Amino acid sequence: MRELTYLEAIREAMQQKMREDSNVYLIGEDIAEYGGAFGVTVGMLEEFGKERIINTPISEEAIIGVATGSAVTGMRPIAEIMFSDFITIAMDQIANQAAKIRYMFGGKAKVPLVIRTAGGGGTGAAAQHSQSLEALVAHIPGLKVVMPSCPYDAKGLLVSSINDDNPVIFIEHKLLYNNKKCIQNVPRQMYEIPLGKGDVKREGSDISVAATSYMVQKSLEAAEKLSQEKGIECEVIDIRTLRPLDIDIILDSIKKTGRLLCVEEAPIFGGFMGEVSAQVSEKGFNWLDAPVVRVAGRNCPVPYSLVLEQEMIPGASRIEKGILNLLNKT
Amino acid sequence: MCNDSKAKKPYINIDGYRMEDKFSELDDSIKIEMLRKMYEIRHFENETEQFIIRGMIHGTCHLYIGEEATAVGAIYAINDDDYITSTHRGHGHCIAKGADLNIMMAELLGKKTGYCKGKGGSMHIADVGSGNLGANGVVGGSIGIATGAALTCKMKKNGKIVVCFFGDGAANQGIFHGSINMASIWDLPIIYLCENNVYGMSTSVKEAFNIEKISDRKCAYGIEGLTIDGNNLVEVFNAVSHFTGECRAGRGPVLIESLTYRWMGHSKSDAQVYRTKEEIKQWVERDPIERYKKILIDQKILTEKEDRDLEKEAISQIEEAAKFARESPFPEPSEVEDDVYA
Ligand SMILES: Cc1ncc(C[n+]2csc(CCOP(=O)(O)OP(=O)(O)O)c2C)c(N)n1
Ligand SMILES: [Mg+2]
Repeated sequence: MRELTYLEAIREAMQQKMREDSNVYLIGEDIAEYGGAFGVTVGMLEEFGKERIINTPISEEAIIGVATGSAVTGMRPIAEIMFSDFITIAMDQIANQAAKIRYMFGGKAKVPLVIRTAGGGGTGAAAQHSQSLEALVAHIPGLKVVMPSCPYDAKGLLVSSINDDNPVIFIEHKLLYNNKKCIQNVPRQMYEIPLGKGDVKREGSDISVAATSYMVQKSLEAAEKLSQEKGIECEVIDIRTLRPLDIDIILDSIKKTGRLLCVEEAPIFGGFMGEVSAQVSEKGFNWLDAPVVRVAGRNCPVPYSLVLEQEMIPGASRIEKGILNLLNKT
Repeated sequence: MCNDSKAKKPYINIDGYRMEDKFSELDDSIKIEMLRKMYEIRHFENETEQFIIRGMIHGTCHLYIGEEATAVGAIYAINDDDYITSTHRGHGHCIAKGADLNIMMAELLGKKTGYCKGKGGSMHIADVGSGNLGANGVVGGSIGIATGAALTCKMKKNGKIVVCFFGDGAANQGIFHGSINMASIWDLPIIYLCENNVYGMSTSVKEAFNIEKISDRKCAYGIEGLTIDGNNLVEVFNAVSHFTGECRAGRGPVLIESLTYRWMGHSKSDAQVYRTKEEIKQWVERDPIERYKKILIDQKILTEKEDRDLEKEAISQIEEAAKFARESPFPEPSEVEDDVYA
């Protein structure tokens, strides 16, 4: 097997699906010659031509509208929204149209659409280019929401997302794209990772830590450190698919550990982990030895200055503190 | 309306549009100040590039080099208390509107002394006090805000107008249509100034539009508009001046397309695969600063020596700004949740 970066794994999933199915095409800003703002689609114009790698004007709302319309009529578009912040510009098409068409039409249509977008902060891109807006889309019935944390998952989850007959919001993390620390063996052949299945990234018996996207990597970092320094063994669960949510994998874990820390990058107020916490309280109260605790972004936009940005977004040390507090340790 | 100018010698622009030569009526000192502003922008951007190269800028920056005449010509044609809205490529507009170079540079380095206390960075510099309603990280994001500012001007009858800067790329956002249509049905005092610098990131206007001139969209809204040479400061100044009176008199809005070119890559990282060195060279030959300088020297408003001194002064001002920025403190982490609400 060969090692791929997260970015390469995503590209490979798209290439393989496009070779297999001529209905799959890409649409978005600067995705052709330029290869996308983060370089994900580099080389794809050369292989698939501009008929299937469709470069658009800067019109997010129309990109999603066009993709939705073509999905309803038999194509399988992958629309790229350069920064996840700009899904807000396309929100009518995402939330009122793509998400609801099937239901409103009494199940007589389907919208096999994937919206790939780069989320998260840590790049100094400030308030309008760094948000984690997954809760916004996960709230809408009819949408599926996927946030891969590593190359292996990215490829398998993207293949599944393209194969899915529903609109899927596929949120990638900017700090993972070329992250040399997260390179992985990725099978050459195409494979699927089912949507709606979480994954235990590290086993442990002392405490469960559920996280999304880049925060999975940060949680693993904290877990390793605590294991080496204090002998605390954390079980780290990657939620992977926010909707449908695999709550059972978390419930199974707390049966063993009795404690749950939820970690996400978005501001804590109204964040997705509020949903996880509520479901665990409702369904797993008997197994809990302590209330579910969240470590998440501060309740402010993502600031520019590095010192402020690091304060806003949780890092391994804040996660570590959260774990120790939940275990009543220092 | 536009072709019955009473001025003795009209100015005729590249679009064949006749207008008063308001530039010729300016004091020499103002004409020289405009050159100085262009130098300030050019060297501010050069210094910013150095900071980028040295890894001192945490986020990204979009440099305005090559487009200076558009910001300076347009902003000098309006009053100090008129409003502007800017873009992600906003340093030039900000400097032309009179921003303090030290405070701007401090913001780029994420310092507490910056315009946004380090919270905004390059893409969010605003100086509401000076009428600058801000750069904007969202392409097209300021077009509605500018239109709203124009609505305020109309409702308060304060005689102010708005210049809304945006790129060719932004002209394809839905908000362009909704906003200009509203401004036109309500006769708002606003000049929509589209900086057509040939590309929106990697996408050329040829690829993104099926019309020759973006200003032709004026027809869709029943408003005035024209295309100008954005690298000729005199033309930018005259064109914007021509419409300020109309706008103040309640006969706005207007759509001006300013033809210009960005010399540098789109942002921090850009391999520029979408254009040729030859094309860049052709535009560098139409350097707005060189062209304007030549006009001033030819008209004996400025000597070569005075020009060199002017540029030197601008350079030393920028050096001072860079020093101020470097020596300023970072914000305290405890400030992170300040300023979320009023
Ligand atoms: C809504 C939105 N979509 C995409 C982007 C990414 N982006 C930043 S600048 C830019 C190009 C803008 O082109 P234009 O409006 O012509 O301005 P220029 O950069 O040429 O000055 C793009 C696509 C963005 N910031 N906002
Ligand atoms: Mg442009």
